[in-house]
Amino acid sequence: MTTIQVKPQRPWKATPRDMGTTAGVILLSALASLLLVLGTGLKGKIGFMVCFILISTILQVVVGVRKFGRKALGDNIASSLIYVGAAIVFLPVFSILYMAVTKGAAGLHPSLFTETMFNASFLDPIDKGGLLHSLVGTLYLISIAMIISVPMGILTALYLTEIRGPGAGFIQFIVQAMSGVPSVVAGLFIFTSVILISPLKASGAAGALALAILMIPTVTRTSQEVLLLVPHDLREAGLALGATQWKTVATIVVPAARNGLITATILGVARIAGETAPLIFTIGGADKLNLNPFKDYQSALPFYVWKGLVLGTPESLQRAWTGILVLLVLVLSLFIAARTLGGKKMGK
Amino acid sequence: MYKIQHMTLLENKSADIPAPRVITTKPRVSDKIFRGVVTSFGMSALLILTLIGIFLAYRGVQTFHSQGWSFLTSYNWDKTVDENGNSVSSFGVGAMLIGTVLISIVALIVGVPLSIAMALFLTFYAPARLKTILVSVVDLMAAFPSVLFGLWGFFVLMPMANYWAKLIYKYLHWIPIFDAPEPFFERSPFIAGLVLAIMIIPIVTSVSREVFAQTPLDRIQAAYALGATKWGVIKAVVFPFGSSGVVGGAMLGLGRAFGETVAVYTVLNIVFAPNWHVLFGAGGNIASLIILKWGEASGDETTALLAAGFILFVMTLLVNMFANFIVRQTLKSGK
Amino acid sequence: MNNAASSLADVSKQRATQKSPGSAPMGTGLEARGVHAWFGSHLALEDVSLDFAAGTVTALIGPSGCGKSTFIRTINRMHEFIPTAAMAGEVLLDGKDVYAPGTDVTKIRLQIGMVFQKPNPFPSMTIGENVLSGIKLAQLKVDNKEELLEECLVRAGLWNEVKDRLGAHAGGLSGGQQQRLCIARSLAVQPKVLLMDEPCSALDPGSTLRIEETISELSKSMTIIIVTHNMQQAARVSDYTAFFLSEGGPGRMIEVGPTTEIFTRPRDIKTENYVSGRFG
Repeated sequence: MTTIQVKPQRPWKATPRDMGTTAGVILLSALASLLLVLGTGLKGKIGFMVCFILISTILQVVVGVRKFGRKALGDNIASSLIYVGAAIVFLPVFSILYMAVTKGAAGLHPSLFTETMFNASFLDPIDKGGLLHSLVGTLYLISIAMIISVPMGILTALYLTEIRGPGAGFIQFIVQAMSGVPSVVAGLFIFTSVILISPLKASGAAGALALAILMIPTVTRTSQEVLLLVPHDLREAGLALGATQWKTVATIVVPAARNGLITATILGVARIAGETAPLIFTIGGADKLNLNPFKDYQSALPFYVWKGLVLGTPESLQRAWTGILVLLVLVLSLFIAARTLGGKKMGK
Repeated sequence: MYKIQHMTLLENKSADIPAPRVITTKPRVSDKIFRGVVTSFGMSALLILTLIGIFLAYRGVQTFHSQGWSFLTSYNWDKTVDENGNSVSSFGVGAMLIGTVLISIVALIVGVPLSIAMALFLTFYAPARLKTILVSVVDLMAAFPSVLFGLWGFFVLMPMANYWAKLIYKYLHWIPIFDAPEPFFERSPFIAGLVLAIMIIPIVTSVSREVFAQTPLDRIQAAYALGATKWGVIKAVVFPFGSSGVVGGAMLGLGRAFGETVAVYTVLNIVFAPNWHVLFGAGGNIASLIILKWGEASGDETTALLAAGFILFVMTLLVNMFANFIVRQTLKSGK
Repeated sequence: MNNAASSLADVSKQRATQKSPGSAPMGTGLEARGVHAWFGSHLALEDVSLDFAAGTVTALIGPSGCGKSTFIRTINRMHEFIPTAAMAGEVLLDGKDVYAPGTDVTKIRLQIGMVFQKPNPFPSMTIGENVLSGIKLAQLKVDNKEELLEECLVRAGLWNEVKDRLGAHAGGLSGGQQQRLCIARSLAVQPKVLLMDEPCSALDPGSTLRIEETISELSKSMTIIIVTHNMQQAARVSDYTAFFLSEGGPGRMIEVGPTTEIFTRPRDIKTENYVSGRFG
């Protein structure tokens, strides 16, 4: 057997020299913009950013054109703009995360998760009361919304992938249209169709119904994607063994897609956990712990934040930031859970 | 010769060609139940959507009846009662419609180019490992609670955007849309539009990314093999293929922008007067109107708010359906 | 037919005396030196060294998965579009390594054109725009576009069929016409080398014949490397033939020589088995 002495190379990758040039361009433009900002009338971070973007683009283009000629002009301008555009998108994301963590952390105190606002007001100093009632409310809302929308979402997805009836294309279209229903409309709908005319009044369950409407399309679409990934051979193998379609779906298709279906559920929950608008019409909002989702007002984390935001005093705003931090941690952990689970499946 | 023989052969035999058999399968009971259950759930989405339309229209019909077309065109929102106790309220969402369109346009103008840049970056420029991380970040952005965008917009973006608004006003106020009746720039449609721009970036980016990724590989390779630069390939192959999909993505973003409530409410000064000056601190948005007035509303005002909800529902539904139609056409053509 | 085959054999003989494969370069032309190619950690192609003299047609034959396509994609640097790809060795165009640091890869691809397996005209462009698309993409200056357009289409053997509808969209052409349009498109930037990756595998026999005629015509003015599964095609169009084979491991070049020799008296038993149809 021959032994391989040659090592794989990637000559198309940037060489240290190329990287050096790029670093030089960035450094030089940062320096030049700093001088401009300090030395002239332009000031502030925005001035710096604008100068930096302009100078670095120009330098990059000059370097490119010198190396590769005129056609590098458009290519370099375009790639500069694309990098800058992508960077601009991430600025607010990091700013938002940073604000939520720093501002929110300032309001953390020992009784936050053990007390409610029953004996405290939003205007009280921050260490009074807590958000236990809202956290419990959110968990109730999520659980009930899940019980409704997960079976509905997955069964709708099964209709779209397994039955593929004559109306499948149309239903697909409707599900997509449903995912665009504004959350405020979902809240108004539950208000008119449930709270106004049924015995169920403003409560946790009513709020969960509104959230379920928003959750169904997310669960359906993600489940559908996952079910489509199950190889068609598996279905045919099941049918060829003489199993009924029901048996094939229940014992082969759904188990094969299990991880993905859980991911779909988690993503659906992440979608609705932070929804505020529908709750304003449906849950009433309470300051005490309510363990019965079918009777009396209930609170939820987004509602707690909303209340703090609307009152607008320093103490209430602090409560809003702390509430948003708790909510964000919840959404983030759901999201990471979905990614790890989904990543396992896709990684194969 | 052979052909003729063959034909006569066929003709002679034609009487013997059997009719195709009709294959009938009787599904077993379990399958019948399964198909029935799954099909009825498949229809549930349609049912819910129809019910939303019916209930909101049914409650709102009173308002459409009493206000007529002026509900869409009038700028007033007055709940009044005459001396006999009869309601003489006049409700109109005209200013809110103008405001909704105005801030959505700002959101699109700012958000769509950034989203396209982001989608191109993720599809063609980012190294594979960075790409997976960044895709997650963009998806996470879509899961941020809208009240968080509102808080951040109010406390972080607004002070900065005020300064930008002043600059734009100072240098560009001769363009009618950047003019303002007085230099009051807080809580303007411009700022609300910026917050919305950030909020629609995830959906526009992910649709554009999906469309760009569907660009047939053989066309991309053909362009590269002709000595094209990366930008050349994007211009010659990716954009012609994906442009209508990006338009669809932008319209999905528009649908989101129409319906956004809490974030807009936080950063927008809602005024019941038409205002086309983006920098001026007065605007409207149907969704925010609903939560602004909901708290103290009763009787005919509640009905009017439900009617406003119905209009919002119809607007977003139409935009969304159209957008989905475009995106599907594009994705289909790539397969 | 017979006549054509014998004249082709004459040509190859004639060229073989001028320059035998594997010998030192003549200063112009294309050489591959110890080319290896990887996909991730999988070595797909091992140590291929081949010379392509200017103005010759070289056919690469061998069963599926033997690395022929991978090899030609390393020549014009299309290999690097696979994210995990790696390579080793050198590809010299006119004595210069196309993988040398600082090389402008777009210039390489302008000099080494490529025709793909499936016809892939740009659907958003008309027939005329397709032919000139390379000029536009590489931002080249051309004095007389109409002349160039006609010349390319004539050389690709398509002019008579499309001269009246240059403004029509390319989608309306038949598969064979589309492939010849793709050839015309590659010719417009005046490459020195044309790579063809199974250009006829998606076409009917009639169209295949037209493309083969085009190849013979083009070989007068440029170097052509064609990957093919079809041994008759290799015999018909090429001056030299290289046989690639993968025996479980990475693909290797088993043998190269004038086409007539490879098909009549190959040195390696594996080549003989393949060309005589005993496997593959």
